[in-house]
Amino acid sequence: MDQFLLVALNGLTLGSIYFLVASGLTLIFGLMRVITMAHGTSYLLGGYIGYSIARASGNWLLGALGAAVAVGLLGLFIHQVLIRRFQDDDLRVALITLGVSLIGTDLMFAAFGGTATQVPIPAEWQTALTLPSGDRYPAIRLIILVLAVVIGVVMWLVINRTRAGSIVRAGVDDSAMTSATGVNVRVVFAVVFVVGSALAAFAGVVGGSLFPLLPGQDGTYLLFSLVVVIVGGMGSIPGAAIGAALVGLVSQFGLVFAPTYATVLTFALMVFVLAFRPQGILGRAV
Amino acid sequence: MTQPDTVLPGRPETRSSGGLRIEGLDVSYGRVHVLQDVSFEMGSEPVGMVGRNGMGKTTLVKAIAGFLPSSGTIEFEGKSIQGRQPYQITRAGIGYVPQGRRIFPSLTVHEHLTMVGAKKTDRWNVSSVYDLFPRLAERKRNGGGDLSGGEQQMLAIARALLTNPRLVVMDEPSEGLAPAVVDHVSQVLRSVVAEGQSVLLIEQNLRFATELCDRILVMVNGRIAADLPSQVIANDPEVQARYLGVV
Repeated sequence: MDQFLLVALNGLTLGSIYFLVASGLTLIFGLMRVITMAHGTSYLLGGYIGYSIARASGNWLLGALGAAVAVGLLGLFIHQVLIRRFQDDDLRVALITLGVSLIGTDLMFAAFGGTATQVPIPAEWQTALTLPSGDRYPAIRLIILVLAVVIGVVMWLVINRTRAGSIVRAGVDDSAMTSATGVNVRVVFAVVFVVGSALAAFAGVVGGSLFPLLPGQDGTYLLFSLVVVIVGGMGSIPGAAIGAALVGLVSQFGLVFAPTYATVLTFALMVFVLAFRPQGILGRAV
Repeated sequence: MTQPDTVLPGRPETRSSGGLRIEGLDVSYGRVHVLQDVSFEMGSEPVGMVGRNGMGKTTLVKAIAGFLPSSGTIEFEGKSIQGRQPYQITRAGIGYVPQGRRIFPSLTVHEHLTMVGAKKTDRWNVSSVYDLFPRLAERKRNGGGDLSGGEQQMLAIARALLTNPRLVVMDEPSEGLAPAVVDHVSQVLRSVVAEGQSVLLIEQNLRFATELCDRILVMVNGRIAADLPSQVIANDPEVQARYLGVV
């Protein structure tokens, strides 16, 4: 297979996982401006829960759904019990969620150990498909790519084309005035937080099906999803998609052509974008 | 000057008892008391509140709408709404048109109207507010930030009406608008009031207030200093000079 095509596809599939994690973060952090440091924890915990359920039941989809529900509930707890009262105090919210992530890291280490685990995928996905170019490529990676595109389109439609989406955007613009139209904004924000956490957990199951789950990935994925959201533009779903694709491509091409600098290149991308578009590629100027 | 009584005949005689009752209301920013012991009652008649800048009018309506913490009594239709969240106050039947319009920049005109969720059977639904403000129907797909001041004001009023309130509280709807636009908004509001809509209007523009309302409260230094029929204040330069500094 042509190396360029292979690396590009690998970059896009990696970008798909970044997008799934970052799409949740762009709702929580980009739209609602709640700085959550626990987003990577949602990712890794989701991966581990999905792994446990999928291994016990032999059903990948059940694992993915179970992880999303469980981590969504955890998100509800974090939002309602820990951070709701401090929602306007960015520093406190950041510190509280950082605390959650530190505790989460150790608890997950205690529960799942330090060895790599991988979410079992259905046998029919463990095959290779023939691309139009005649090349063979793993089906699981293409499934993930399609899944990310579908989820991205659905999220965009919900936010931009439905009444619920209007309410979320209005709540972000002016939460008191949104409340004055008869909407309980706290409930809306709680739902957004839960959905964002559930998406991160789902991303964890998807990511854990492709790559091994390891301690420390909570931090890595928090960092990468922050980079994606900042590069793409806060609160923009298409922005997160572009940002995720760019970060995925840059890191894969970096690994091939300049392995030593692969990680640096990702951050160089962020610096470069911010130098020319401080609001991110599709972000609105503040 | 104006004929405030032209709006009277169309209005039903018996309107809800109760209405809004405010008693001993205090609002302070830190140590500064902006409102002290404000009390007034209104039924379903349209009431205007005038007063110079900085007299506490906006503070009062913000307290009513639940945007500011207050102490004292605020009752609507016999139920306390003091200390409630804005959405609870809206659901209790009070619509709010804030100072500065507070249009959502991320939403189109149409999205502003649909997000409120009025039912087709309600008096005010998306199509009936478009009939009330045809200009908004023309600007349906435009973003909230792309509207002129007058259009934003129409949208803010439409948004409040869509909650199908029994009382609309409006904070300076004429502010910053061209005279022709003020006349248009005033005319539309008079038609709404003539239908029986109860209104509490905060205004600096005395003419606007007296055209729409039968009863005018004058606020001076965080207190209600006078409670007059609008004909009296509209036609008495001395009263105007005393309370408003308008000669």
